[in-house]
Amino acid sequence: MKAARLWIRLGGSRHDVGLALLTALLFVAVAARYRQFTSAVGLRDIFDDTSILILLALGQMLVMLTRAIDLSVAATVALTGMCVALINQAEPQVALPWLVLGAALLGAVLGAVNGLLVWQLQIPPIVVTLGTLAIYRGTTYLVSHGRWVNSGDMSPSFLTLVRERWCGVTFLSWLAIVGVLFTACFLRYSVAGRSLYVAGNNPEAAGNVGVDVGRAQCLAFVFNGLLAGLCGYLWVARYAVAYTEIASGFELTVIAACVIGGVSIAGGSGTVFGVVLGCLFLGVIKNALPLLAVSPFWQMAISGAVIVTAAALNAAGTRAPQRQRILEN
Amino acid sequence: MTDEARPSHYRPPTPWRRRLLRWEVFLALVVAADFAFNVQLSPYFLSTETLADVSFNFTEKALVALPMTLLIIAGEIDISVAATMALASVCMGLLATTTASLSAIVGCGLAVGLLAGAFNGALVTRWRVPAIVATIGTMSLYRGIAYGILGDRVLKDYPPAFAFFGQGYIAGPVSFELLLFTLAAVLCALYLHRTEFGRRLVAIGCNKTAAEMAGVRVNRYRFGLFVATGVASAAASVLLTSRLGSTRPSIAQGMELDIISMVILGGVAITGGRGSIAGVVLAAILTGLAIFGLGLINVPGVVVSLLMGALLILIVGLPIVGQRLSRTRAWARLRRTQV
Repeated sequence: MKAARLWIRLGGSRHDVGLALLTALLFVAVAARYRQFTSAVGLRDIFDDTSILILLALGQMLVMLTRAIDLSVAATVALTGMCVALINQAEPQVALPWLVLGAALLGAVLGAVNGLLVWQLQIPPIVVTLGTLAIYRGTTYLVSHGRWVNSGDMSPSFLTLVRERWCGVTFLSWLAIVGVLFTACFLRYSVAGRSLYVAGNNPEAAGNVGVDVGRAQCLAFVFNGLLAGLCGYLWVARYAVAYTEIASGFELTVIAACVIGGVSIAGGSGTVFGVVLGCLFLGVIKNALPLLAVSPFWQMAISGAVIVTAAALNAAGTRAPQRQRILEN
Repeated sequence: MTDEARPSHYRPPTPWRRRLLRWEVFLALVVAADFAFNVQLSPYFLSTETLADVSFNFTEKALVALPMTLLIIAGEIDISVAATMALASVCMGLLATTTASLSAIVGCGLAVGLLAGAFNGALVTRWRVPAIVATIGTMSLYRGIAYGILGDRVLKDYPPAFAFFGQGYIAGPVSFELLLFTLAAVLCALYLHRTEFGRRLVAIGCNKTAAEMAGVRVNRYRFGLFVATGVASAAASVLLTSRLGSTRPSIAQGMELDIISMVILGGVAITGGRGSIAGVVLAAILTGLAIFGLGLINVPGVVVSLLMGALLILIVGLPIVGQRLSRTRAWARLRRTQV
């Protein structure tokens, strides 16, 4: 009981505990039959495989906290990934840190475009990002002329950085760990981070206490774009190929991970821990299915069923009182 | 938010009816401009065959956009429409391997759409899942089942008569697809703008809780709309499958975003409570013309969608910019008269 109260005080929620137990249960059930799943290598591989999803879901979570949504993340990943791949192909001597930084900055600019359209023009976020989804994807085609950049066209250091191991953990996993810690601290200890919750929880009240909702949404979009830009490089380096359609449709997986992790689509609630668990839950399923000899074609249906079940369970737990709802509509 | 700040003699902006009218006039002008542009591009554009071809570019999506309009006006959304189309297509394709009966194949497709829509509706109304979350989930689920059943195979054992739905003509350049879409559009327009049921949908979209307290059976309407959207998706699936003559699990991939864009382009507020069928029909025609015109000058598909995305933001953003400019001007005038 005391532990539970401490947990709530530390920002955890009952939902997170349930999801953690469920993820652990799933993990144990698979591990009971397949030894290789439990070995340290297996664990590390699952985390490594889920790292990009975690980074993208963290950004999407910030956006969803402010009662917005970003459908353009996957297109941002594709555009920044293609840009760094093309630069690396044309000018292999450009130092890698500059490329990674450039990818993140380009992503932040793309996120800022979304954010400014939402903030200054007050177009609903779903409309803005539906439009920029098509625009960013189309621009990816225009900059690459529809060509592929294959692993042979990229410099070896460009490709191996994500696989570099420090203390047995890949660079990619380290980035995810740093991202998780940073976002958690940002949301918990900074005024800007708290203002995201305020903006999404009750936009009208937020205005009265001096939180500019549009600005908070713009900030979330820029942060999300930054992470998506970083993931653009990571995606291309990890899969060693860049083409127009990379990460196509991945925005919905990202949103699904957030929803499973307990982030409310109506804004104002969600925890970093929950989102990480949501990602790991999807990651464990993805890695377990091949072991269970389930045809990869069924994988999408199973994750769909998981999303629907998780969403229904989450919705059953939250019931806003009616008096509040009539005013918030 | 700024309501309290306004002085008592503040006059509300133009009534919504006039504003709506202006929106549609604006869209009609864009359609006319695009039409003229296409005529410029190719001397063959004005032939009946070409015009018939243009209609195939939008009828299937527009058929789903109609109930989607009603759904968005009621404050909901359905992202699983394209996945429903794929699932219906796979089921029809499987049935077509055993029977050649047209009514059985089409009936099976429509039944799948009905069930898919009913499941979405149940999730939203009974289990109270937000529509966008529920249908993102069922999108994966339905598309996933289609992939699971079919894998990397292709189904193309459709009877020859099945081709009529997607390729047949009723009279002159009027295809079966166009006729079906026109009928559905007229029905939806009458329902939304001329019946009390339509008024109730708008009320639900404006404020769900208030509508419920005013005696509207909100959940019954929302459930019905999800079922209607499912059935319309299945009907569009019949047309698309028949036109292509084959089924892959990736059929209609990404179409949900095109359909929702079409509805928003038609002036429907994504937050619910406002919109008209006429606007969506115009947006559908505009989409068809634009895709065709850009096709004439060899613009690849992904660039076409880039331009449509830019058009979406531009067309939604422009009136907001204009409104803001005129409002600041009005405010400046007001302040001057007060001093």
